Amino acid sequence: MTLFDKYSSLFLSGFGYTIMASLLALVASLVLGTVFALLQLSKKKGWAMVGNGYVQFFRNVPLLIITLFFYLAVAKVIKMTGFAAGTIALSLYTSAFIAECVRAGILSVDTGQMEGALANGLSYGQAMRKIILPQAFRIAIPSLGNQFINLVKNSSILAFVGGLDLMYQGNIVAANSFDTFTAYMIVGAFYLVLTLPLSYFMQYLEARTQGNQ
Amino acid sequence: MSMIEFKDVEKYYGHFHALKDINLKIDAGETVVLIGPSGSGKSTLIRTVNGLEEIQEGQLIVDGYDLHDPKTDMNKIRKNVGMVFQHFNLYNNKSVLENIMLAPRLVLKRDEAENKKIAMELLERVGLADKADNMPSALSGGQKQRVAIARSLAMKPKCLLFDEPTSALDPEMVGGVLKVMREIAQDSDMTMLVVTHEMDFAKAVADRVIFMADGAILEDASTEEFFKAPKNERAKQFLSQVDSH
Repeated sequence: MTLFDKYSSLFLSGFGYTIMASLLALVASLVLGTVFALLQLSKKKGWAMVGNGYVQFFRNVPLLIITLFFYLAVAKVIKMTGFAAGTIALSLYTSAFIAECVRAGILSVDTGQMEGALANGLSYGQAMRKIILPQAFRIAIPSLGNQFINLVKNSSILAFVGGLDLMYQGNIVAANSFDTFTAYMIVGAFYLVLTLPLSYFMQYLEARTQGNQ
Repeated sequence: MSMIEFKDVEKYYGHFHALKDINLKIDAGETVVLIGPSGSGKSTLIRTVNGLEEIQEGQLIVDGYDLHDPKTDMNKIRKNVGMVFQHFNLYNNKSVLENIMLAPRLVLKRDEAENKKIAMELLERVGLADKADNMPSALSGGQKQRVAIARSLAMKPKCLLFDEPTSALDPEMVGGVLKVMREIAQDSDMTMLVVTHEMDFAKAVADRVIFMADGAILEDASTEEFFKAPKNERAKQFLSQVDSH
């Protein structure tokens, strides 16, 4: 494929940035999503409202708007690159969906698990960490997998703000070579290289954790 | 010294009056059985003792702590008051051995070698040492309940609460669990409060029987007195129904 040979360094560089943005956002959104799921489930009304407000806001605003907000507004106060703005926006946006997955997971763990742990002397935090969350994540694996795959594909939002990712480089190749079709086909193939193994990995995790229940 | 003391305790679920003017004193070392028809508030009462249910009025003193005082650290009470549930509530994501070792490790900071030694001794005692590495899902109901008892005992509590420990078991599993409970009652100075429908167990093990109906304590008598001649009409009726089975 001559187009790929000619522009391979651009594609590979974009691929690298896409991987990096996806990994950063995956970790950040998983941590944030879990924190906000726990807030939503807090018995303290104030915390529950904060958690719920966060989730409702970020999952109901287009990712592009959040990205532009960070790139155009926040970046005026705190200097950041398009890559940073896009990755932060992607993390926040995805974390709202992950919070819902984790919350649903926690709620589907039998209440007896928490009662057993509390009665056994564990604190609420210890019970969450050691007993409830591990079971909640196992239940949430299929829906978390969906979110992770969406996250990788949504990372193409970085192209809008000069984020140097795969889509950004794909746009450049398309514009320079005039072979738009081939350029985007190659971009699409690169995304599959990331998302297909991720899909299979999540399926593997699901099968494995169900096995040793 | 009293281990558990209810003074004029009231408990509501919304408008439903679940516990009515409960006054009850249980001394350290006593074995008390709580009986009554379903919906009478037995489980609610026992669940207030370790704070799984809040009370709305009155005073509830457990091991010297006032549970109705918002400043009371519930974990301090739960360290010394174990509970065995109808549905076992073993940690599904932990092996049998880990179920027993987790709380002593996290809460009591017990040394790991010591912790394992105690856990294995307890498993031995309930006859399940060979199941140490199994997951709870691989056990029968009766085995699960015996592990749950071992888990509670590992904390070396002053008091153990049993909330219908045999109600969810197949009939042939009940005996093994009751045997373990009987041994605890006889071999230790632990305070035991047991909600159960097993009248033979109550007769054999309890120092005292408390009969509840409609959220109130209707009779509180020594085991002998109660089973020989209950004073309360409802209690008489209840006993005759249970006996006819």
